[in-house]
Amino acid sequence: MSESATLKIWRGLDANAGRWESYEVPFEPGQSVLDGLRWIRANRDPALAIRFSCINANACKECMIKLDGKTIYACTARLQPREMTLAPLSNKTLVRDLVTEIAPPAERFVQKRHS
Amino acid sequence: MTQDPMRAETDVLVIGSGAAGMYAAIEAARSGCQVLLADRSLIGRGGATVMAQMTVAVALGSETPDHWSHHYDDTLAAGRGLCNEPLAQLLCEEGPACIRAMDDWGVGWARKDGRIAQAMAPGHDRPRCVYVDFLNTGPAVSKTLRTVVNKSGGIRKAGDLCIVDLLRNKGDIVGAAALHLGTGAPVIVSAKATVLATGGLTRLYRRNSASANMGGDGYALALRAGASLVDMEFVQFFPIGHLAPRLIGMDPIMWDPFRYKLGGRLLNNRMEEFTQRYGVAEDGKYVITRDVGSYAILKEVEAGRGSPHGGVYLSFQHCPERALRESFGPVIDRLAANGINLTKMPVEVAPIAHYHMGGIVANTQMQTELPGLFAAGEAVGGANGANRLSGNAITEALVFGRRAGRSAADYVRRSNAAPDHADNTSKAIALIVADAPTRDFNTAEMLQTLQKTMQDNVGALRSEAKIIAALDILGRLAEQLGNSPPGDGNRFDMQRIEWFDLRNMLLVARVVAEAALARTETRGAQQREDYTELSPDWAVSQIARLRGARIELSGGPRTVAVAVL
Repeated sequence: MSESATLKIWRGLDANAGRWESYEVPFEPGQSVLDGLRWIRANRDPALAIRFSCINANACKECMIKLDGKTIYACTARLQPREMTLAPLSNKTLVRDLVTEIAPPAERFVQKRHS
Repeated sequence: MTQDPMRAETDVLVIGSGAAGMYAAIEAARSGCQVLLADRSLIGRGGATVMAQMTVAVALGSETPDHWSHHYDDTLAAGRGLCNEPLAQLLCEEGPACIRAMDDWGVGWARKDGRIAQAMAPGHDRPRCVYVDFLNTGPAVSKTLRTVVNKSGGIRKAGDLCIVDLLRNKGDIVGAAALHLGTGAPVIVSAKATVLATGGLTRLYRRNSASANMGGDGYALALRAGASLVDMEFVQFFPIGHLAPRLIGMDPIMWDPFRYKLGGRLLNNRMEEFTQRYGVAEDGKYVITRDVGSYAILKEVEAGRGSPHGGVYLSFQHCPERALRESFGPVIDRLAANGINLTKMPVEVAPIAHYHMGGIVANTQMQTELPGLFAAGEAVGGANGANRLSGNAITEALVFGRRAGRSAADYVRRSNAAPDHADNTSKAIALIVADAPTRDFNTAEMLQTLQKTMQDNVGALRSEAKIIAALDILGRLAEQLGNSPPGDGNRFDMQRIEWFDLRNMLLVARVVAEAALARTETRGAQQREDYTELSPDWAVSQIARLRGARIELSGGPRTVAVAVL
């Protein structure tokens, strides 16, 4: 049996009405949490929303999320063969699932969200 | 879903915020234009620029006397007879001014005894490449330009804008329709001039060295709007992309600077140097050009002499630890965190999609054939012919970006009326907000299939059989994709975003494959296993256009037209 990691992920469009979903992903030593998230999208649920651009170089700084309550970059945090809890940043406006509004206000097309 | 579009008006719309896009925005704003700088991701953090590790080629003459004409000669030689000479000349001639401007803006080019340091790189006749230590060229260039953009009045920044189609008024380009990722709403940008600075197409390949937003979208936007593309078969594979052990937090092209500074040895699984078999003996120096290097590595793997993960070894075991640390400082610690000690072990490397020589047809004013549409940076085709010289990409981004910004501003000054109408606005909005029936495909999986197909069959080693098999798979993917996007159309709808990406990527992948199939020879980055020689009949560039539902390829010995839609 090969090892696996369980990613417990916060899902939803409304910060006050989300749900947790767990996914078992194949584990190989050296992989990143982002590798696991990309595996889920390609193999389980393409609707899972995550934000990333450079994939592996830690250059774009887009993939910031909470892992077990701590802020991390998904591309540099190592995947581990255990349950890992992933949530959107709590101090930023939620967009969807693990995606939050991280751009500085002056770089947004929509300066204020109409709700 | 019905939704009124959000609207914006500007003089110049710049699509893409890598070095080319940011420089274009700065120059257009300096000329008095209102600019809207749009990007798929965050402003000035995506694309290829931020990923650049080291070299920027420029005839500064800081290390040894130099003149742009020597840089030009090396660029043409690397391009294997296919460089668009006026574009190559522009790149080399205006490179020094842009590099000095960046220096004035505080980029921090590495210095030796107060002079800007210039490193020797393969294909150059003298030390010509400036850089920022350590492995920090791309981030420093991006950050410097971001700072200048922020200080320039008149530039409105708009991240999270995925451009869906250019807007046309008869033949003129008058802006773009976009999907705003953060809200899911359609956006109409009316612009007197539009600059495509969308970079290349490395995302078409499974193993690539650029950001996830480099899916060739600018090429697809240009094609659908009626512009031409040139040299689309020439995808540069960087020979020594990192393969194993798994390494995180580092870009896979990171071994390039190591080889510039320390040489290093390329070894097969018998721990023998092998590049001499393919005509280039290295003797511990870094002299092999990118096309020959990729070919040599893949042939060595094919002959059963590859490393465990399907590449070859790169070794710095002969370098003293002190030399490694002097040259790369903190990077040595980042490697240690990944379990890599270069004094004790080699790493595995293999070719990786890195840059696109082909692109949008533009003149030296960066004007495309469509009035109101300009291109800049890697999105422009032709300057680097069939194979790009090391270090020319950032120079090209800066020089072409600056020129595109000035030309767009000139165009705005000359044009009278503000664009108030486009022929295809409602069609574009309808696509962005389409109600999606339940679809049974996984866009992320389709994207992986596309990348694997291009990597295996239209990659660094090609043949008729491989390319035809790829075209078959690409055709089936396009059929599956259909004519309208899936998803709920709400905020950050990944399936819908990916559907728009696939729409562009599949079109561009088919153009690359058709152009590669038609070119029955080996030249630069086009390595054909069934046509292994360079052919004098093919000392020409192929031009691709979309004619109705067909891709038409012309300029080669034969004109080809293939149905794609």
